[in-house]
Amino acid sequence: MTSAEQEDFHLIDEVDTEFVDMIKNTGGPNIQSCYQCGTCSGSCPAGSRTNYLVRGIIRKALLGLKEEVISGQELWFCTTCYTCTDRCPQDVKPTDVIKAIRNVAVAEGYMLEPHQKVAQKVLEAGHAVPLDKESWEKLREKVGLPPVPPNASSHPEAIEDIKKIAKKTGFDKLVADKEE
Amino acid sequence: MPKKHRFMHFLGCIIPHRYPSIQKAAELVFEDLGMDLLDMEGATCCPAPGVFGSFDRVTWASIAARNVTIAEQANANVTTGCNGCFASLWDADYELKHDEELRKAVNESLAEIGREFKGTIEVTHYVDALYSYAGLDAIKKRVTRPFTGVRMALHPGCHWMRPKNIKKKDDSERPHIFRDICEAAGAEYVPYKDELICCGAGGAVRTADVKTALDFTKQKFDSLEAVGGADIIVTPCPFCELQLDLGQVEIQKHFEAEYHYDIMHVVELLALAFGHEPEEFGLTTHLQYQMRKNEPNWEQLGIEVKKADDATVTE
Repeated sequence: MTSAEQEDFHLIDEVDTEFVDMIKNTGGPNIQSCYQCGTCSGSCPAGSRTNYLVRGIIRKALLGLKEEVISGQELWFCTTCYTCTDRCPQDVKPTDVIKAIRNVAVAEGYMLEPHQKVAQKVLEAGHAVPLDKESWEKLREKVGLPPVPPNASSHPEAIEDIKKIAKKTGFDKLVADKEE
Repeated sequence: MPKKHRFMHFLGCIIPHRYPSIQKAAELVFEDLGMDLLDMEGATCCPAPGVFGSFDRVTWASIAARNVTIAEQANANVTTGCNGCFASLWDADYELKHDEELRKAVNESLAEIGREFKGTIEVTHYVDALYSYAGLDAIKKRVTRPFTGVRMALHPGCHWMRPKNIKKKDDSERPHIFRDICEAAGAEYVPYKDELICCGAGGAVRTADVKTALDFTKQKFDSLEAVGGADIIVTPCPFCELQLDLGQVEIQKHFEAEYHYDIMHVVELLALAFGHEPEEFGLTTHLQYQMRKNEPNWEQLGIEVKKADDATVTE
């Protein structure tokens, strides 16, 4: 088999013409300024060690290949370091575009399990990294601090606030465990 | 007598829950410099910008805005020692001040809990408090234990200075502010090729794929080894600190490579330079020492200590 035969070509009728607008409305308004120079990918520390290719994702997004873009696991290798954003000659703000695409992916059910668990932790404890073991309290005492800090760890009403916000925005349903 | 600077102290998650020595060191250093840190009662997760910002922008901005409103009620600017918390709170505050549509959506969520984002305060990082409020001269005057002859590498991290055109903090390709503060402690700055690359932890990458995240960290260590290593690596962020500190233990498992770098937050470096003893803020509670049952390399750091601590946290 030749490499050409292995290639999975995209069909033009797979395009979603609304995808670009979704990205523009979710925090990536400058995506259409991209002229594909590749400065983003050339600057990308995630791209140098994984199959995450910012330029490619933006090009596919502009072509409307929504399903392919949002289902790709590589979308989650961006550490949001913003080096591409600082170097982009067209002010595309690729980091914000990637975050916007991730928002679309999550809204359509593409959320990695460890990410879902972190989101649930914030709704349960008010913190992504909670004070969830006695040893963490002991560590605080050892440095001369009270065992529990004055944040949501000692303010259950703050956690209730977060739950109310999540209910209002629909985020609680978005990150809830899906019934089989 | 000039008015004392006062800040609402946003702790976030990692500082108070995993690296409390940073919280304690910040309290010591701010007091030494005549600045007040006020408790921010009931603050939650910022929430993590790369994680929550990647999931749902309105939820992210609403939870961040709730935190900002706590400071608005106290009519005081916020300060935080975490690049991630700074990114969430600063970015949300900025976006809400410039995006009417987002502000409307966020205030609809906040109405559910009887709050409203008004946009009346500023969000700062410890780096801003140290550089723009206290000032380099005041820092230099306070140094009683200079780190003379100590080789110091820096990891400025990303989210205090990037995106540069929006944050307008420093030139992210050739930054000097964080370095100026660290050099005030008297150590010898060691440049290395990958100083400005990300530690690898952000953007929800560490959460989903710790080995890929550690691969960034390892690249930084190798780049530092290539110039002869350093006695200490200083960072302005607890998540970077966790990645560089605990990350050394994790790298040993995932890559069979071994590194021994003492990692300090800039306020820990300054606390020592200001003459505080390491046990005053619990420097040995850093997770690499707890897990590996070792200690900072006191001799290289030029610090005399009485006795070693016992481990509180184990794997």
